[in-house]
Amino acid sequence: MAVRDDVVNTIAAFSLFADLTGPQLEQVAHLFDEAFFGDGERILRQGVSGSGFYIILEGTAAIRVNGVDRSSLKAGDYFGEISCLLGEVPIADIVAATPLRCLVLPGGQLEGFLTAHPKVMYRLLQGEARKLKNTTKWLS
Amino acid sequence: MVVGSGPGGLQLSYSLSRLGIDHAVLSDDAAPGGMFRRWPVFQRMLSWTKPFTGVSRTSRAYERYDWNSLIPDEDAHRAVMPALMDGTSYFPSRPEMQQGLEAFAERTGIRVRYGCRWESTKAISSPARGGGQGGGQDFVLTTSDGDYRAPVVVFAVGVAQPYRPPISGLDDVPHYGDFRPVESYKDHRVFIVGKQNSGFEIATGLLPWARQLVLASPSVTKLSVNTRTLVGVRARYVQPYEDAALAGGVVILDTTIEEVRKDGAGFLVRTRNATDGRELPMVADDVIAATGFVAPLGDLPELGVATFGQSRLPAQTPFWESATVPGIFFAGTITQGAAGLKKHGIPSNSGAVQGYRYNARVLARHLAETRFGVRIPRPQLKAGEAVGYLLSELSRGPELWHQRSYLTRVIQLDPDHGITDEGILPLAHFIDSGGPDAVAVALESNGQGDPYPAVYLRKDGHVSESLLAPHPLLDFNGTEYERQMADILDQVLSASPSPA
Repeated sequence: MAVRDDVVNTIAAFSLFADLTGPQLEQVAHLFDEAFFGDGERILRQGVSGSGFYIILEGTAAIRVNGVDRSSLKAGDYFGEISCLLGEVPIADIVAATPLRCLVLPGGQLEGFLTAHPKVMYRLLQGEARKLKNTTKWLS
Repeated sequence: MVVGSGPGGLQLSYSLSRLGIDHAVLSDDAAPGGMFRRWPVFQRMLSWTKPFTGVSRTSRAYERYDWNSLIPDEDAHRAVMPALMDGTSYFPSRPEMQQGLEAFAERTGIRVRYGCRWESTKAISSPARGGGQGGGQDFVLTTSDGDYRAPVVVFAVGVAQPYRPPISGLDDVPHYGDFRPVESYKDHRVFIVGKQNSGFEIATGLLPWARQLVLASPSVTKLSVNTRTLVGVRARYVQPYEDAALAGGVVILDTTIEEVRKDGAGFLVRTRNATDGRELPMVADDVIAATGFVAPLGDLPELGVATFGQSRLPAQTPFWESATVPGIFFAGTITQGAAGLKKHGIPSNSGAVQGYRYNARVLARHLAETRFGVRIPRPQLKAGEAVGYLLSELSRGPELWHQRSYLTRVIQLDPDHGITDEGILPLAHFIDSGGPDAVAVALESNGQGDPYPAVYLRKDGHVSESLLAPHPLLDFNGTEYERQMADILDQVLSASPSPA
């Protein structure tokens, strides 16, 4: 199931893809699938295997741990990478807080995608560093 | 109201009738069959019907091997397809498929208002109706045969409206559906835009005719034998791929297509490699856009029906209801828009007859119970039967085989009512909806090895997942599976009084 043809323009504005050329963005758009979730629908399920790496195109989502909302995500944000990188089940639910359009890559393809696009890997690493910094700040 | 008389609309109408739900089926066509009245262009299906399987053709288990027959409740109407196929191939010809759908509709008494074109849709408020939850809003369909009004509308209109991506000049070239008689491509250089099954189907048919064949798109070609799913080019159409791999003359390019330009009697196609950015112009006598199809949803988006993806599929709940407009449902190949868990990125088979025929039956039950006040009886199981029943469903239940990680067999474990068979339900619904203690079993794949059973236990509202090992002969009976299933069930059953 391929993506809508306006996806290239949407992702061109996302910091994760800031270093890619036009043809590279088009290739990314063809590699990912598009998914849509209704308001309140779960995208990642805590404890359920086989999930993927998601990038939000439109809408917002809640990060929910043991039934409690912990944070929210918006267009340009991504989720699912921790479970894909570690090969483990998600430790949180992600729930659509509005109708939500996403790009999705199956977990097993994330390594190949990132190693083929080192600039995207670096941007993702920066994102993970930011999350770690915020968590450390929150803990201290 | 049901719109469409392809396999999805026919299966839904059949299943609604057997549950006593009044409905009308409207179709723009003149006879049953939907897109199989025209396509595939080379007149043979991709989905098989195996004549010899070791199981009786009048058994439910046979459905696993017969991907093309619709699924009745009565044995007499089972396995329509193998009885009318001529035996030269286990892939039915397109005319055989059409005959099979016509035969099923006739034998089971499905009534369709043919030649009735759906033109526009309105939602109007309505006083609450008795016996269901659908009150509040009715839909009025304006058709070539006047207005029809109902609280629930199911659109089974296929995904067969040609789509062309916004590539300069591509609008002026023929689409898959415009393919000419094959002889007219004799000694031509043919450039096919798109590397899905439709592109490879045409390339396969042109191998003995075309001088040169080029297939091009930005995505790398996947093969179903590698993905171990229906994702990718099917084995039937892999010959052009082998021809390219062995340098026989077919060219397969992973490139963006920047422009298609008329050039004398032929075309000039400008392509650009996504990896190194290099431009490669190609000259062709014919260009064919095998660039897919969109769902012909008419004015539904204006009504608020959200769509997504290149195919403009409607976003759907696990029960195939519009995610944004309650009361509008879908059947047939459009139900591939309900992704379900899509574990490991593997889609359900809802895009194909062997998958969506079960969706339609599940939808009929869901509509009957939630909208029309029908309570479908739940068979009781004795405590000692549950393990064997679930393992038998995993080994032979056609719903689980064809709709992996999407449809699940659910048994409820209620101390007051005993063990009841809740039937086949969408797995995402089971996991997300909450409810009494229950077990759901599904078959799953990770795209690498053989399929394996997955067991979802819901206890005190919390769902936990257990994945069992695959079996080389795909047989999930036997003591090791029995022990594992019993251990899972015991987490609930040992805590409640045995109803046996």
